[in-house]
Amino acid sequence: MTVAAAARPVPTTFSPRWIADRLSAYTLHIAVIGLTIAWLVPTVGLLISSFRPQFLQVTTGWWSAFSNPTQFTIDNYTAMLEQSNLGQAFFNSFMIAIPATVLPVTIGAFAAYAFAWMNFPGRNYIFLALVGLLAVPLQLTFIPVLHFYVQNLHWTTDNLEATGIPGLPWVPLWLAHAGYGLPFSIYLLANFFRALPSDLFESAEIDGAGTLTVFFRLVMPLSVPAIASLVIFQFLWVWNDLLVALIYVGSSAEVAPMTVNLANLTTSLGAGSNLLTAAAFFSMIVPLIVFLSLQRYFVRGILAGSVKG
Amino acid sequence: MDFGVLLTDLPTLVVVILGVPALIGAYIVGSEFLVRRLSDKRRPQVRPWFWVGPALFLVAAYLLLPAIGTVFQSFENNNGNFIGLGNYESQFANFPTGGAWVAIRNNVFFWLIFYTLFTLAFGLILAVLFDRVLYENIVKSLIFMPMAISSVALGVIWNFMYQYQSPGESQLGTMNALVTFVLHHDPVSWLQDQWPTPTFNILNNLALIGAATWGITGFALVILSAALKGIPADLLEAARVDGAGELTIFRRVIFPLMMPTIVVVGTTLVIFALKAFDVVYVMTAGNYGTDVLAYRMYNQLYTAGNSGGASAVAIILLIAVVPVLIFNLRQFRAVEARR
Repeated sequence: MTVAAAARPVPTTFSPRWIADRLSAYTLHIAVIGLTIAWLVPTVGLLISSFRPQFLQVTTGWWSAFSNPTQFTIDNYTAMLEQSNLGQAFFNSFMIAIPATVLPVTIGAFAAYAFAWMNFPGRNYIFLALVGLLAVPLQLTFIPVLHFYVQNLHWTTDNLEATGIPGLPWVPLWLAHAGYGLPFSIYLLANFFRALPSDLFESAEIDGAGTLTVFFRLVMPLSVPAIASLVIFQFLWVWNDLLVALIYVGSSAEVAPMTVNLANLTTSLGAGSNLLTAAAFFSMIVPLIVFLSLQRYFVRGILAGSVKG
Repeated sequence: MDFGVLLTDLPTLVVVILGVPALIGAYIVGSEFLVRRLSDKRRPQVRPWFWVGPALFLVAAYLLLPAIGTVFQSFENNNGNFIGLGNYESQFANFPTGGAWVAIRNNVFFWLIFYTLFTLAFGLILAVLFDRVLYENIVKSLIFMPMAISSVALGVIWNFMYQYQSPGESQLGTMNALVTFVLHHDPVSWLQDQWPTPTFNILNNLALIGAATWGITGFALVILSAALKGIPADLLEAARVDGAGELTIFRRVIFPLMMPTIVVVGTTLVIFALKAFDVVYVMTAGNYGTDVLAYRMYNQLYTAGNSGGASAVAIILLIAVVPVLIFNLRQFRAVEARR
């Protein structure tokens, strides 16, 4: 039943008008459901295929599973876990994504607070520069940063691992992700902080609250929705990132995340491999859990980040 | 199975999860401690710099200064000697198939136009259709789901869709199954076939763009459907009372009112189109005339070991983005002015 149809006078049952309304309502539902199913086909096809034995995968399409539903197996998943470095890569992805989310969100929140509620010379111009940097392709930065890492700091994966300090091999990647994520993080949070009522800050000041108290006790709790959406955004961005990881840690298995591992599997095993179908789904587990459980905030973040004006 | 690492390395992860925020917390508390020792007059002058300092340092170190460095490097050869426009000359050599031309054509022509248009069209159609059903949220999140997965997984999914077996064999890829069963056509080698001509291979580029569009449509859908909900219902009702058909209402009322949002989404999509990398890397590795600038830059740097050439490609990419960047800044200033 459409909203439009409900608002109009209800036509008599079986009148031509009634039949036309019915038909258009059915067409609408068929179109909506049909398009959604079409959208799901690629994912569902791969999912079904990942549970089919290899000899069937290479002889018939995934849709033949419907005519023979008994032949499902988890062999692809067990084989995938045995053969590849996925366990290590899974760990690495967390090791990269968690600090690379914490850093730009917290540091960005400090900066956003200053941009929103403190006065300092050049404030508006610096903020404008950050907005400009939002669109700058990361490609522009890779070579000098990489050069500086390797030539000046000697931060290669081998060198950092040799120090034996746990976590150190990922530091270059954390800092890079922080730098790349900060303009968006500051932009989003500053807009949110600015919208908070100024009476709030005035009354807090009268009560003698210091800057830290105002920030941690007042601004932070009020900004949970904005921060939540930013955290999800940045986490998924880093978790799904291939390019930055390829550039700064390459494909050394001890530090490379899942995306790099999966991309390597694609090139080494070929497109149709049975292990690849399983590996692809394995790599989706975490983002899908994050997405499904926190979808509300994710959507809100997208709206806050793009619809300006 | 090497899941043992999860257990042996777990302490590292815990240390990192607790350590990084502790470090950042210590910084801000410590800086505030220092600021408090200053005189009342100096305090508000110094404090902001402590708060923006780390962010500005990281942005300068990872975005601003390297970007400027790349501009300089694009005029140097691999030994750091100034060679003027040499890198650009080799990137712009042999039009239309040599140098960076294929990548430029694919990015600035195929990707920019089709990726943006397809995504906007799908997003708009789905937003309008979904707005009229009660189970809107469910179908919306199903369309939106590909946004959550990595482009690498997306590439795997679509490689699987586009699988090709010789004519006569049973087809394993969904697309070729449709082509052979429904259209009774020979199977198509979607990613390799440079149809219609090797110099204008629109087919395999569209295959890549289609895969990327599938992934990003949810993004456009979510924003456009929020804008659609913002259109006052009585406006649409008034149009209906005046006897306007649904199509006319869409064309004359909904579409113009959504135009500002469509433009904002469109500019974001243009940036995405120009930065396209993952899908190309996973699905074709830039072969068969499907190269794009971001992939070419990576290739020049790692496969060809040509950092000067890679810098030049990055600058070409920047030049392509500049109009969007200026548009964004204008948009931002306009919003600020209205505040």
